[in-house]
Amino acid sequence: MARTLTFEQEIANLFYAMDSNPVQACIQCGICSGTCPAVAFMQHSPRAIIAMIRAGQKKAVLASNTYWACASCYACSVKCPQGIDVAAMMYGLKRYSLWRNHYRTVPLGADFSRRFVRLITKYGRSYEPGLAAPYVLRHGFRGLLDEIRTALGLLRKGRLPLLPHRIKRAESLRRVIWQILPVGGRA
Amino acid sequence: MKAYSYFPGCSLERMAASYRLSAAETARALGVELRELEDWNCCGATAYFHIDELLAATLCARNLAMAEQEGLDLVTPCSGCYKNMYFTRAHLREDPDLAEHVNTALAEDGLQFRGTVQVRHLIEVLVQDVGLPEIKKRVTHPLRGLRVAPYYGCQILRPRKGREDDEQPRFFEDLLTTIGASPVDFPLRDRCCGGSLIVTHRQAALSMAYALLQDAIDHEAEVIATVCPLCQVNLECYQRHVNRTFGTNFGLPVLYFTQLLGLALGIPSQRLGIGKELISPAPVLARVGG
Repeated sequence: MARTLTFEQEIANLFYAMDSNPVQACIQCGICSGTCPAVAFMQHSPRAIIAMIRAGQKKAVLASNTYWACASCYACSVKCPQGIDVAAMMYGLKRYSLWRNHYRTVPLGADFSRRFVRLITKYGRSYEPGLAAPYVLRHGFRGLLDEIRTALGLLRKGRLPLLPHRIKRAESLRRVIWQILPVGGRA
Repeated sequence: MKAYSYFPGCSLERMAASYRLSAAETARALGVELRELEDWNCCGATAYFHIDELLAATLCARNLAMAEQEGLDLVTPCSGCYKNMYFTRAHLREDPDLAEHVNTALAEDGLQFRGTVQVRHLIEVLVQDVGLPEIKKRVTHPLRGLRVAPYYGCQILRPRKGREDDEQPRFFEDLLTTIGASPVDFPLRDRCCGGSLIVTHRQAALSMAYALLQDAIDHEAEVIATVCPLCQVNLECYQRHVNRTFGTNFGLPVLYFTQLLGLALGIPSQRLGIGKELISPAPVLARVGG
């Protein structure tokens, strides 16, 4: 009979390629929250998220914006006295929420990631305007004006790529990617 | 002339064109040959890891496998690409099952990862392999008195740990001193600029950039030097957004370390891509004859 994993075990298993101790090692010291430059924008601090994972509060963890506000700067990971790669855990939560389609409460990060993967699968390289343009209306009217002025400035300085660059072996790259995950349309 | 495989990264194609130009010029002037990998692909940035870790590792491994065919260590000027490829190499070397899985996929492109080449950041190569004494010998236009905030950012230092160089790094300050500039005390020098959040969490990203800019200004920096295209774009191109959001009036130029190094080596500013900024460094550089 298949054993059902607890939420804590599921999250712990997401560290698979990382050189990290499991979340169970957490002593709740709060150094991760203290070093985090984005903590002011998180509904729950990294320390609190770990406590919630350990308490099995799956819904509250997945509904929080905490892991999408993580900038992946690894300040927490290198400071943790228990050797927990907290930033890797945030990545793990992002993937978990995407798989389970629990991401809709905080859609921007998830949407951006999916768009990014589709872009790379198609062209092999990133293309900034293609990534940023769909979101220009999300930053308010003044934000949009700022965005337009910045884009025009970059254009004038020759810093805005007008077309995406497609690598020569894009087709075989797509086949490589398909061996791992069927993303971005059929190869 | 020592040769390396070279991975410029997507940003350097246009957005960070001045980094591409100045990296090429300074490397050449210091006797470093950078051979760009043919047909390299995106390293996956941060967004690929959100979808699948194995997929992200595979993207990096393709570039590593191509560098192995050349038999040359892989150098990149982008901190994000550096971190991704550095750790992919480490993970795949430690985990043969993972490597086998990745290699099955890479076979579709006729490639194989073996883990035989190192991953280096450009600043590491210049400081460690060329060496500061050698650089000092070649400085013809020292940037005397230029007050520079050395901005390390995150991905060049972390998540490596257990090395003094990562907790209390000095190499950027030392390089600036070598070219005659004055590195300012910059307490937030290794704090994240928020670049990866600029699209998905604008408010957080701007607030993180604001903290850094304010810190640099408080310590009387005239220019911020960076080692990463994402940091440069976030701190420079979004400075206007920071000013409006926080009611500040910053006008702090943000240059690549290769641009300052190039000036000190006597390379004309135009060949270093100076002039492509949204916040002109011309008034500051005029003072040191740049």
